Amino acid sequence: MSFGFPELAAIRLGFGLSPLMPPPADVEAVLAGPASAGPGPEAMTTEKASAFATRFRELRLARREERPEPPEGQEAERRLGELPVEGLRLRVIRALDDPIGFGERLVQFWADHFTVRAADKMNNALALAFVDEAIRPHVNGRFEDMFLAADTHPMMLVYLDQISSRGPGSPVARRRPDRHFGLNENLAREALELHSLGVGAGYDQKDVRELAKLLTGLSFSHQAGFAFRPLWAEPGAETVLGRAYGGGRRDGLDAIRDAFRDIARRPETARHLSRKLAVHFVSDDPSEDLVEAMAATWRDTGGDLPQVYRVLASHPDLASGLRQKVRQPFDFCVAGLRALGIRGEGIARLELSAFRRIAWGPLEAMGQPWGRPKGPDGWPEAADAWIAAQTLAARINWSLRIPRLLLDELPDPREMLVSAFGGTQSAELAWAVPKAESAAEGVALILASGDFNRR
Amino acid sequence: MLTLDRRLFLKGAALIGCSAAAHPLMSSMTFAALPGENRLVVIILRGAMDGLDAIQPYGDPMLRKLRRSLSVGPENGALDLDGFYALHPRLEPLLPLWQKGELACAHAVSTPYRDKRSHFDGQDLLEAGTGNDLPVDRRVGGWLNRLLQAMPDATAETAYSVGVEQMKILTGKAAHLSWAPRAWLKLSPQAQMLLEHVYHDDPLFRDAAQDATQISAETSDLGKMPGPTADAQALAAFAASRLNAASRIAAFSLAGWDSHANQAAVLGRGLDRLAAAILKLREGLGPNWDRTTVLAMTEFGRTVRENGSGGTDHGTGGALLMAGGAIRGGRAFGDWPGLGEGQLYAGRDLMPTRDIRAYAAWAMHGLFGIARDRLEREIFPGLDLGGDPRMLA
Repeated sequence: MSFGFPELAAIRLGFGLSPLMPPPADVEAVLAGPASAGPGPEAMTTEKASAFATRFRELRLARREERPEPPEGQEAERRLGELPVEGLRLRVIRALDDPIGFGERLVQFWADHFTVRAADKMNNALALAFVDEAIRPHVNGRFEDMFLAADTHPMMLVYLDQISSRGPGSPVARRRPDRHFGLNENLAREALELHSLGVGAGYDQKDVRELAKLLTGLSFSHQAGFAFRPLWAEPGAETVLGRAYGGGRRDGLDAIRDAFRDIARRPETARHLSRKLAVHFVSDDPSEDLVEAMAATWRDTGGDLPQVYRVLASHPDLASGLRQKVRQPFDFCVAGLRALGIRGEGIARLELSAFRRIAWGPLEAMGQPWGRPKGPDGWPEAADAWIAAQTLAARINWSLRIPRLLLDELPDPREMLVSAFGGTQSAELAWAVPKAESAAEGVALILASGDFNRR
Repeated sequence: MLTLDRRLFLKGAALIGCSAAAHPLMSSMTFAALPGENRLVVIILRGAMDGLDAIQPYGDPMLRKLRRSLSVGPENGALDLDGFYALHPRLEPLLPLWQKGELACAHAVSTPYRDKRSHFDGQDLLEAGTGNDLPVDRRVGGWLNRLLQAMPDATAETAYSVGVEQMKILTGKAAHLSWAPRAWLKLSPQAQMLLEHVYHDDPLFRDAAQDATQISAETSDLGKMPGPTADAQALAAFAASRLNAASRIAAFSLAGWDSHANQAAVLGRGLDRLAAAILKLREGLGPNWDRTTVLAMTEFGRTVRENGSGGTDHGTGGALLMAGGAIRGGRAFGDWPGLGEGQLYAGRDLMPTRDIRAYAAWAMHGLFGIARDRLEREIFPGLDLGGDPRMLA
């Protein structure tokens, strides 16, 4: 059997093949995907998230002061507990209904690149708002806009402790020396090390510190909202990577925007982000040719993402490196549901508890507890980070159990072999599947196979 | 069981493309002597167990004044231990251990974490084992991993992280194994044979599947326990099965200790599970129980005052529970700070009188011979170990 670009693109750039949707015919069809990855009608906003948080805070206060608990606070607490699971469900639904899948794959890539984690239930809604406000609107735009939106978003300010950072020479620090206000370098360091230039690029601790000073003044609280507070900001200009920013009376946010734009357009950023995209979509060890082609386009276009994606989708490495990558648990679950012919509406109809059994719990067992990555560097890429005894057992068990839970009638494994792989399957799998004792085990064999778990 | 041939084969497989880190069993190929016969189990109680309720200092008259319905001592069914402390009634199954010298506690302990009272940060710091001065993120591993690095004969099999939950306490440079007892496989023999065929030319999948099948076969009965404490028992039974083989260190966690409201029910369920886990460890370990130390640790204690919902809020000082045949049990360690006016931390919490890490450090000193300066410099950087509490028998 032969296969071509459509199968390759669906498997490597999307969530795999579906018996319900044709794979993308050409590069243009793939690149149409990200254009529809913007925030949907169900999008969470910082405003709504703050309303939840404020009602929940009132509940906590009432508990502490031993007052009767406000019912709307109890309702907010319940909703905040459910929202991470609902958020995952919305992501699965959009991924299943995206005809190509590339757009939702990119949402996942960028949301992970700019990792945030709600450490307190109070911020569960804000973590969803982060993706809808900082990531989705910019997936098909310019990197510098996403960089600024992500690193100044309230959720990022909270996650990387920017809200507790004060300029050592700021008016508020000088007025209250007893409070020991000081600089927090977390956000500045991750902005350079993880989010743009990459560790090992030519910057030093002084650049981190200067950027941290430039970022002072960014503030957020659920009660007061997002604001730039000049009284918290370090006075004077800051020099980051050899360029001076700020120093004027009222240019706090503008100076930050200028710095982020310049950092986003640097060749080190072009290289770091091109390589990261290539590692995610093509190979744990991508070719120099692919990385340089993407980085060159990044430099030439000032980080215009659709043009960088075009290089990725058109490159011959897309064909040569098939199945070098292991699908991360989220991608695996979506690809599995997609291959079973399940649509978004089928997932939307489930009770939340049933959805927990189908995706939330299994993702945890497969080593990807949703929304709870270890650190700001997000999920690992390497194949061996995802496949170990325990996590592979979770994938095998999912393959055995979930299709029977969701479908009254399982697909014929021989037909599914064709629809799920489009001719890309190995001879071993083609030999094994028809020999399974039952349809359930044949389907499980397909989903648990290396062919299916790699892309 | 794993054979020598298989290990050598795996070593070869690594050279042809599957990286060494791919396989936890590979990182250390030595068959040198095991790191002794002593065993350490760390149970992380996630959600901040109320130490004042689990081990009730009813001899302090202030306890009764600050708590109306909780921790009211023997008059409400708690089990007197020594005239000052009483065991929560739901820990009654552990009372015989106390009487035999196999259960102890240290009260008024804490990590250096103060004032912010976030579960995540508190647990991260507890598992990192560092002070507040070091950032708690990916740049820091866990203290059990640093212990492994200090054990010259440790192999990947020396330590087990049990359960689906990530145990940061074991993350770091030293290899260890992990498994969730409920991740057992239910493949038919035919499906298993076919899957082996499909994985055959892919070392990453083939080796992981072989390990999964083997561990599942060895522990197939663990997933079948009934009742509300089944998960806790399965974790403990699996840990015991590994500790009876090549492992010497195991870590797992029990969640569900956040008793903001209706603490009697919440804590009762937690204590049932903790007691069941400890008894299952004892049963599973058999004769090895005598060389075992169990430390049940939580991220911080809860407020001394009961709140309006029959619960307690996030606090500071808490209690450490120790169990095992290796400990000098039947006693409460540590200095009692008192619950009176001016004796509370920030006017609301039990005042910590000793760093919980000191107990863990002294246990590791006694069990594995780790030198004091190494404990203070590397494993718990910056910790002052203080005097030896002599907690091991």
